[in-house]
Amino acid sequence: MTAVEPDAAQRLAIATDGDVVRVRQAVRALAQGARLSLVDQTKLVTAASELARNTLIYGGGGEAVLSELTNGRRTGVRVEFRDDGPGIGDLDQAMTDGWTSGNGLGLGLSGARRLVEQFEIDTAPGAGTRVTIASWSR
Amino acid sequence: MPGADAARLAEILESRRADISAAWLDAVITELRGRTTRSEAEREQGEILDALVGGLRHGGLRLTDPAFDGLRGLLADLSATRARLGFTPRETAVGVFALKEGLYTLAADEQGTGLVELMSLVRLVDDLGLFTFESFAAAREAIIAEQAEQLLELSTPVVKLWEGVVAVPLVGTLDSARTQVVMEKLLQTLVDTGSEHAIIDITGVPAVDTQVAQHLLKTVVAARLMGAECTISGIRPQIAQTIVALGIEFGDISTKATLADALVAALRANGTAKSAIG
Ligand SMILES: Nc1ncnc2c1ncn2[C@@H]1O[C@H](COP(=O)(O)OP(=O)(O)O)[C@@H](O)[C@H]1O
Ligand SMILES: [Mg+2]
Repeated sequence: MTAVEPDAAQRLAIATDGDVVRVRQAVRALAQGARLSLVDQTKLVTAASELARNTLIYGGGGEAVLSELTNGRRTGVRVEFRDDGPGIGDLDQAMTDGWTSGNGLGLGLSGARRLVEQFEIDTAPGAGTRVTIASWSR
Repeated sequence: MPGADAARLAEILESRRADISAAWLDAVITELRGRTTRSEAEREQGEILDALVGGLRHGGLRLTDPAFDGLRGLLADLSATRARLGFTPRETAVGVFALKEGLYTLAADEQGTGLVELMSLVRLVDDLGLFTFESFAAAREAIIAEQAEQLLELSTPVVKLWEGVVAVPLVGTLDSARTQVVMEKLLQTLVDTGSEHAIIDITGVPAVDTQVAQHLLKTVVAARLMGAECTISGIRPQIAQTIVALGIEFGDISTKATLADALVAALRANGTAKSAIG
């Protein structure tokens, strides 16, 4: 999407279980401000919850950068999750429903992609992981 | 501490006790006006001075010395009590640091208290004050952890709705620790009440992610192993759509729109079971 300018950015550290809750709450507040529908708010918050927890558990901690977006009449929220963890070697496998290297349900990454409008992931072994999601008002 | 002799320090404190106590007491009363009474402060200071002199008699020079075990215990108790009474860190530490005011009276007169002795005593009071401060912080932390735990318990009420039916309404943001506590409590209540039905109501939950779902699924499986059936109620439209998009499958777990619907279904199942037996 072009001509998109972040209005303001907010950085939140992800180092504890409590931080995951805080990221969720901050995303919810922004989503309400951007006038996302209740369903889209809930989806975005849930996706953020999944990605924040992955950042914590698999990335060994990192941060979330939240920004409000404007594109003409539409407003949106973008959240970027960054960590300097091990990165993901086989991305296709990681994105497969039900695949987990830990003991989760293996639905966080693949599910998050289905929950939001935009989903991008940038990762490589040894180079950390960066996942960006965004959703927009209708 | 070269030069300072513990027995000599004890002797100084003993011989000048009246002057030291008076100045110390005045300083504390000024600082803690309204927070403590004069007689209360006097009693505390008496205990501290006794323990201090006792420790010095046994050869202690630094607070960490075994000779001061009693004094450390006393200060720890005092700090914990103050933490519970809502004293600030400053109000707590000042009660001990103000002992210096008492020591300064020794410097001001000409009764032969040497600089080395005075310095040693002042240094000891610094130890006392810092120790008090640390004890206070530890006590506050313990109180906060205790309160957080109580809150966790309080915010997860598992109730017996009916004979044989227990329910837990989940409210608010669920983090891992809380979900775990709720689920354990629910299973325990099933056992304690001999119930065969559990209802987990998620009307008050703003989002269900895969971790919360996993906790729910595990609880249902565990309840089944104990011979009980679980119903999940109160799945709102936005939560239902999110769960579907995530790809979570609740399989053959029974769900109901409201807690009331779930209760009716549970009672019906109970009735059927009873009439089948009877
Ligand atoms: N930030 C990350 N850093 C490294 N590996 C990750 C990261 N996020 C996800 N993964 C990998 O992708 C897998 C799938 O993630 P996900 O779909 O969220 O499922 P789950 O969290 O249940 O394992 C994880 O098990 C993990 O191996
Ligand atoms: Mg995950």
